[in-house]
Amino acid sequence: MIKKESNSMILDAEAHPLDSYLRPGRIPHIWCSGCSLGSITTVVIEAIIESEIDPKNIAIVSGIGCTGRAAGYLNFDSFHTTHGRALPFAIGLGITDPNRKVIVISGDGDIASIGGNHLIHAARRNADITVFCVNNFQYGMTGGQVGPTSYIGQYQTTSPYGNIEEPFNLPALAASCGATYVSRWTALDVRRMKESFVEALLHKGFSFVEILGACPTTYGRRNQLRDGLTILENFKNRTILQHGIDPMKAQIQKDGPIIVGKFVEIQKPTLTDNLLRLHKMAKNVKPEL
Amino acid sequence: MPSIKLLKGNHAAAYACKSARVGMVAAYPITPQSPVVEKISEFVEAGELPGTEFVKVESEQSAIAAVIAASATGSRVFTASSANGLAYMHELLPWAAGTRLPVVLCIASRALAAPWSVWTDHADVFATRDCGWITMFAENNQEIYDTVLTAYRVAEDPNVYLPAFCAYDGYILSHTLMPVQVEDIEKVDQFLPPLKHHINLTDFEHVKGVGPVTLPDPPDRGEYGYAPGYFEFRFSMQRSLEHSLSVIKQAHKEFSEIFGRSYGNGVYKTYKMEDAEVAIFAVMSVAAESRLAVDFLREKGIKVGLVSLKVFRPFPSEDLREIFKDISNVVVFDREIGYGWEGVLSYELKAALYKSSTQPDIKGYIVGLGGRDITYQQIAKGVQTALTMESVNENPIQTDFIGLQLDKLQFLKREGGY
Ligand code: SF4
Repeated sequence: MIKKESNSMILDAEAHPLDSYLRPGRIPHIWCSGCSLGSITTVVIEAIIESEIDPKNIAIVSGIGCTGRAAGYLNFDSFHTTHGRALPFAIGLGITDPNRKVIVISGDGDIASIGGNHLIHAARRNADITVFCVNNFQYGMTGGQVGPTSYIGQYQTTSPYGNIEEPFNLPALAASCGATYVSRWTALDVRRMKESFVEALLHKGFSFVEILGACPTTYGRRNQLRDGLTILENFKNRTILQHGIDPMKAQIQKDGPIIVGKFVEIQKPTLTDNLLRLHKMAKNVKPEL
Repeated sequence: MPSIKLLKGNHAAAYACKSARVGMVAAYPITPQSPVVEKISEFVEAGELPGTEFVKVESEQSAIAAVIAASATGSRVFTASSANGLAYMHELLPWAAGTRLPVVLCIASRALAAPWSVWTDHADVFATRDCGWITMFAENNQEIYDTVLTAYRVAEDPNVYLPAFCAYDGYILSHTLMPVQVEDIEKVDQFLPPLKHHINLTDFEHVKGVGPVTLPDPPDRGEYGYAPGYFEFRFSMQRSLEHSLSVIKQAHKEFSEIFGRSYGNGVYKTYKMEDAEVAIFAVMSVAAESRLAVDFLREKGIKVGLVSLKVFRPFPSEDLREIFKDISNVVVFDREIGYGWEGVLSYELKAALYKSSTQPDIKGYIVGLGGRDITYQQIAKGVQTALTMESVNENPIQTDFIGLQLDKLQFLKREGGY
């Protein structure tokens, strides 16, 4: 509902159509103004609605970091786990409750750095998990330290003279480890992001979506991208849509093109399929008398 | 000339690393520790720490592994962490001690999850208790700087060769500015000689095996003799840790001679204990706040003093028996819980005084978990309440809490328990 007050139109917060998807008492959130995490969270909710998955069957798992806060804000069953451990928690949930849709929402620092080991193994097993990984190119919550997705030449608190290490190319990493759905979008691509989120949610197996987030506070202002809008404009100017491209060709470099699109969509038996098959085999084994 | 700088606790630790000219630093970001290593990386990249390598690793576990290995090459190493980051290092904490490598690690203390809390709480520090490290505390930012230097001096002593922690409160010290005297490098060198290493992997004349498999009962290997067993290694760790108490005191004596600052006898500090009949026993932020409680209670005519523990491992039991020998009541304030029993400081003190001929009544309180403020008035009230109790030793399992807000927060009791 929109109500008029003096000369400006303001949204009546109590009447926002997605309010019921946010956990009462947890809002306002801690995200900075200009951060893209708010709009990404909105897209997550819209995609969940569009996927028609019963909200009662959804579990959101997150690790630590700015993105990790999403689990606390969304009004679904949730686990706000330890730093890096979102995926093992998700595997535990999914195995014991195969009817659940387990969604991991976490950052690049959480998923690719301290939790990197779990990412490669969850992908290898094709575990029935959807990962929405928001990449803000560094550790935002702890104040902007260089991370495994920081590109060469990026300025952060632990690289005041520019990062010297090669970053991860997350879609390529996930795909090469066995993820069966892989895509990447920037925070600006809300429409395509939503379509892709729906696909990822309905995909059987390990689906991995990387979202390049706009973090003005600890990334942007150190890298001549002083506010959220400037980062989004920068994304817009650099984005090239290339569905189906080999994700190895989608490495991000300072000022280089940002390749977005759906890179992988294949079907393979999932971890749950394989476990159920094993159960069946075990049942068929006749005990020796 | 020594310079006085306005530093946050984390930066005081970073400046101490600079003064100690550490050779290698590896760390992973975690609140509230991160600024320590941000500052060090700034020193390194600005060329102010030539010869220092700063490694950005992918987790705390990698950080501690990397510094252990670097230490084995003969380098002076440093890392820092907090809470679950420190917990993630645990696998390798006994490894650092077992390989007798003088790693120094700063802990900006913070509550352990779950539930999450980024604020101060000493649970992370005390959870490291049995890993074989020396554990030191600091109550202010100057003390952080001084304790890091002391930690290197003690850890690298050939009669010790053990890793050491320097713990201080997250936010309360880590992010608060205080004047800190950063010492001249010549003076620091006088206090802290270059590291002479017992393992030096860069010495290619000798082949070394770090962390070999040991047997429960090592057999006679003929011409190669016996290999030491696990039991013997661990025995030597314990003896060295016990012995380190005198090394710490000696180091502290020299520290005060060189720099003109001292912290009690180096293992504990006292405040108005000279004529005290009642004593508060605490560490870090709680000890700092207790100084005000002592003044407050003295105005009311209660002869109270404070013993602020500076070294928790090795535990200075002899010293504590001595300082508490004429004290009727000790009131202990723990900012953690030894779950299922009581506050760690409280039960450690009881154990230490068990052999004492004159045992004071010891009353423990749990305070300030997850960063909840603990005021001197609350501490004073705790002391006053303890003094009205008949004999607090009668019911030792009971933990009393100060500052809980069960009613206000409508924290409901579940049926059959909390
Ligand atoms: S630090 Fe960056 S990622 Fe975190 S909330 Fe602020 S803008 Fe967003």
